[in-house]
Amino acid sequence: MSTSNITTQKVNFKVFRFNADEDYLPYYEDYNMEVTSEEVVLDILNRIKWDHDGSFSYRRSCRHGICGACAIKVNGRATLACKESMTDMVDLFGSELTIEPLSIKRAVKDMIIDKGDFWEKHDAIHPYLISDVQEHPEHEHIVTPEEADQLNEADLCIQCGACHYACPAVEVNEDFFGPAAFAKAYRFEADVRDEAHTERLQHLHEEGQGLWDCVKCFECAEVCPKDVNPIDKITKLHQMLFKEGVATSNVATRHAVGFKHSIAKHGMLDEGGLVLYSEGPGIVKHIPVALQMFRKGKIVMPWNMPKSDNLDEIQKLIKSSSTAKF
Amino acid sequence: MKKLKYALFTGCTAKQSTPEQMMSTLAIAEKLNIELIELTEASCCGASHLQDYDDFLSLVLNARNIAYAEKHELTMVTICNTCQLNTAMTKHRLDNDSDLKKRVNEKLEEVGLEYKGTSNVIHFLYAIIDDVGLDTIKEMVTTPLSQFNIAPFYGCHNIRPSELQNESHKTKESAYRPTSLDDLIIACGGNTVDYEEKNKCCGFHVELQAPKTASILTGNAIAGAMDGNADWMVTPCPLCHLKLDTQTHHASEAIGREVKLPVLHMQQMIGLALGCSSEELGLQHHVSKVNFI
Repeated sequence: MSTSNITTQKVNFKVFRFNADEDYLPYYEDYNMEVTSEEVVLDILNRIKWDHDGSFSYRRSCRHGICGACAIKVNGRATLACKESMTDMVDLFGSELTIEPLSIKRAVKDMIIDKGDFWEKHDAIHPYLISDVQEHPEHEHIVTPEEADQLNEADLCIQCGACHYACPAVEVNEDFFGPAAFAKAYRFEADVRDEAHTERLQHLHEEGQGLWDCVKCFECAEVCPKDVNPIDKITKLHQMLFKEGVATSNVATRHAVGFKHSIAKHGMLDEGGLVLYSEGPGIVKHIPVALQMFRKGKIVMPWNMPKSDNLDEIQKLIKSSSTAKF
Repeated sequence: MKKLKYALFTGCTAKQSTPEQMMSTLAIAEKLNIELIELTEASCCGASHLQDYDDFLSLVLNARNIAYAEKHELTMVTICNTCQLNTAMTKHRLDNDSDLKKRVNEKLEEVGLEYKGTSNVIHFLYAIIDDVGLDTIKEMVTTPLSQFNIAPFYGCHNIRPSELQNESHKTKESAYRPTSLDDLIIACGGNTVDYEEKNKCCGFHVELQAPKTASILTGNAIAGAMDGNADWMVTPCPLCHLKLDTQTHHASEAIGREVKLPVLHMQQMIGLALGCSSEELGLQHHVSKVNFI
């Protein structure tokens, strides 16, 4: 590559500093640097350490997007430092960049965090093949390319934690397994050799920790440096719960199935009907808000419920195209 | 100003819990010389929940909705972020998988319809920016919103996944630093409030399943806007609107702080700037009172 194409730019880095052993509170240190269009974020971390402050700490190893060690946040965006081009960051956020660890509340020293919660959750979904392997197999266990395709994308995860610490549900619910654990669970659920399908799915079905607490924000899909698309795997696991007969009746499953009932009846969603179908007697807790909404003309009475035109088409399609039972 | 024409997929909320969204959509369409052909045959998009239960059925139903827009030979405009996501995702999957498209069309044939892939699917926010243009809006403003600090709340399903979202509109949007709604606020003469939660989740989709998570996220969003000194919030998504407008009591309890702000639909904000009356825009239908008019 010709060096004449390299451009340089002045950037002010506001860098999170904290040493849990010595500091009462974290603080931010400013570093003004010329960055070149050839550099990635990891180069900047190296330069801070090598040129400015040898005590600056961060995790790094492969610098090729394989080991997953160097994930941090730039202006709130989780990113793999060795893969993220500085030019892209400056184009997106301008010349003032804030460098922070993946999770400030889990910071140990500068960029280094205690990733214990990530690994605990990873471990909790049994991230390995569970199978009674015959010591003397009589024939080969062939996995077809089509079967392997089902799990290839999920298998690319490098456990960097970018999605886990970008997930708002993880942030506010400490029991929630999080997108990385779910993507890993899917990797084994989709593996034809695995024999723990039902058991693992039951674990994922539990309210509070499991799949139903995903807020569907797509932060995980957006942030993943390996295009694992965790929310796509979460959706597929949801579908598996129904296909494998693991789903039991609770507010979340009734809510999902309630859409089909409502569409079959009205074409459109009957909002009030869905809440009643999902909550059952639990609907009483929604009465105060419902009354406020009613006063403002926000509640349509069942007898005034709008219906889609050509409803017979919708009903016919539901009959002929339904693939799930519950 | 040239006449624009779209097929309107209203979604379910505009017909029920956010009537003001339907009213303001029609009010500003008239001002902006936009003809909207309502797709009265359309069904619910499944809101990403039917998708959890029956993927194929949700594809068939969404393909049917798009097929009606195609029959009119019009671009489909959505006014709900979640409708946009599920419809655009269906379009993307069918346009990139001929086998899947064939299987879906076999079903649609039973009711005399076909999904061709000829109609674009775009959220009204981006249709306005792409086709009407911010400069035109600026010229048309009769009541600039200059005395207001307005906090944009983008809503997840309009900005993520960005690769999919950016297929439908010319205005390229970053999920990490979105600008469309900010630009629209400025075009209406308002001052934008920058705050951390503006591109974050409101929690709507787990309101029943995980009420605590949902309430904290709602509370954080309103608190962020309040701390940014916002007079009110604005959103292109009726589901975010429902959460931010009607759930302030639970949100305040969840985060241990009283949070409340008027929240306007994107259409209502444009309407105010273009001189529509508050009755036309349905401001009387809000739970968190619109106290500045």
